[in-house]
Amino acid sequence: MAYRSIVLVKQVPDTTEVTPKAMREDGTLNRSALPATFNNDDLHALEMALQVKEKHGGMVIVLTMGPPKASEILREALYRGADETILLTDKRFAAADTLATSYTLSVAIKKAGNFDLVFCGREASDGNTAQVGPQVAEKLRIPQITYVEEICKLGDGLLEAQRLTDQGCEIVKSSLPLLLTVVPDANEPRPPVARRLMRFKKAMTPAEVKNKLQERADSLDMVKEHCQHLKEKGLLITEWDAQVLALEPDRCGRLGSPTLVKKIERVVLTGGEHKAFPPTDEGVGQLIKELIEDHTFG
Amino acid sequence: MVNMMKKEVWIYAQQDKNNIAEISFELLGKGRELANKLGALLAAVVIGKNVRELAPTLTAYGADKVYLVQHEHLDLYTTLPYTRVLVDLISRFRPEIFLLGATALGRDLAPRIASHLKVGITADCTELAIDNYTDPLSKKKYTNILMQIRPAFGGNIIATIVNPDTRPQMATVREGVMKMLPHDAGRRGEVINLEPELDKEDYKVQVVESKEIEKSVNLKTASIIVAGGAGVGSKDNFQLIIKLASCLGATVGASRAAVDGGFIHHDHQVGQTGTTVRPRLYIACGISGAVQHRSGMSESKKIIAINSDPEAPIFEIAHYGIVGDLKEVIPKMITTYRQKSGGEQK
Repeated sequence: MAYRSIVLVKQVPDTTEVTPKAMREDGTLNRSALPATFNNDDLHALEMALQVKEKHGGMVIVLTMGPPKASEILREALYRGADETILLTDKRFAAADTLATSYTLSVAIKKAGNFDLVFCGREASDGNTAQVGPQVAEKLRIPQITYVEEICKLGDGLLEAQRLTDQGCEIVKSSLPLLLTVVPDANEPRPPVARRLMRFKKAMTPAEVKNKLQERADSLDMVKEHCQHLKEKGLLITEWDAQVLALEPDRCGRLGSPTLVKKIERVVLTGGEHKAFPPTDEGVGQLIKELIEDHTFG
Repeated sequence: MVNMMKKEVWIYAQQDKNNIAEISFELLGKGRELANKLGALLAAVVIGKNVRELAPTLTAYGADKVYLVQHEHLDLYTTLPYTRVLVDLISRFRPEIFLLGATALGRDLAPRIASHLKVGITADCTELAIDNYTDPLSKKKYTNILMQIRPAFGGNIIATIVNPDTRPQMATVREGVMKMLPHDAGRRGEVINLEPELDKEDYKVQVVESKEIEKSVNLKTASIIVAGGAGVGSKDNFQLIIKLASCLGATVGASRAAVDGGFIHHDHQVGQTGTTVRPRLYIACGISGAVQHRSGMSESKKIIAINSDPEAPIFEIAHYGIVGDLKEVIPKMITTYRQKSGGEQK
């Protein structure tokens, strides 16, 4: 039996590069000021979905919500083996908390058609909340298995998986459809496939087609024609906005977010002076002596 | 009857085979403080197959009330039945605040509940407080709101988050950060037994088997920790950290960068998404000291920082610092320690 899988992925800012310049007045992050990458945990979710497809057949649809340039990670997903990709982008999605995000994602998943499995990474490396997976499952009214390390069995409408718990791990089984969140220990994500890279580096969203043709496009028709052409070759990245998804405006983006950022602080270092020792035999000897004498070393 | 009017602060008392998780006592400690500030009652909610005997313990650690939901079909935790029970309870008693531990269980359960109730939730808080809040756009004033404080963006910033308009104000709280109160057997509390309304539909997920795995490392109780970071450079070099630790009878710690780099297993990770530690001595080797890491070890009694970069933020919280190459400094430490401690014992 073949399975139709949806993988939720996120483009995240490289958090080693956060500077005050990257923050807006209201405390939200100006993502465009940071280098962006494929969220690490989501690569493991994609890998698990691709392995299900290889073993059982079916297809893998990769879905992300983000600014237009989040299409970058969708191309990366295509290089690795995704069959279809969808970008949810709209200014109205901006500044969404996990509740508003999961609402938007769940509506898009429903629009994408029937599905058997939804895969998410355990958490995103920027917020580390691990909330969107369970919240999407709730919005879809389907069960969830979080912290999945391994799919042990899949068949007859049932999935059995090993997941991490506070005590160790457990094996649980569930009926489908089902949402899984995947831990990084689960697998080793495959690298991009050269052959696919050559093919899918030309994949574009309609907005990117429009940008590319801007100078020579006489009319919208040309954009449409080009999109149609890409679609036939399987190179068109689907793009949906709030209108296409028929979203309730007060449930997405900032409006749909009950949590507000009150204050952001660059962390102020509070420590005082430290006693410096040179990296020499004498220096190290002095330090060890001091710590032995004051009984810090047992 | 007065109590019926009082606001309530709730904490979720997580248990496994009737062992209450430590985080639940920590939540009671913090919850007590918040409830006092609000003039509210502190309540613990405990769910399980045979949990009645747990109520006195929860009271002794600070709860004014214990909501007990006992049912044979609530023996092992699974997401959906527990979500239903808590959503029902919250809808009925309308607590002001609801806190859960940022454990594997808490992070599975809490967002599902919040989504169902369409309320705000903040993950993995490291501090909580009560304060007033004015919305910068609408200028609307809110009094006595829960300030949910947590590191974000890789620990580069600390964010204060509020959910002023939705109730309960929900948050998960990182383990090992809040202080529990001393056990007070003399405390009195009310116990409320509740019958859950369960639904067969919620049993789509079933536990087939569960295994307990002892953690190979116990950082929480370690008195000396030798920790390595990205500056260690490689898995081979990390042997130096392990060697120094074994020489000192210390436990091995690591920063996220070292774990992500594959130098050592995640069980050794100190900081956000790792363990919060308070040892007598923390030796940070090649750890630059991102907030994410510091927040998990800054309460160590003494900190030694060894780093080749004199500007590394770790030096700002260190008590002793050595600017130098750890590949040279650590062997010197091992040799000197062996000489000096050996010498004293003789």
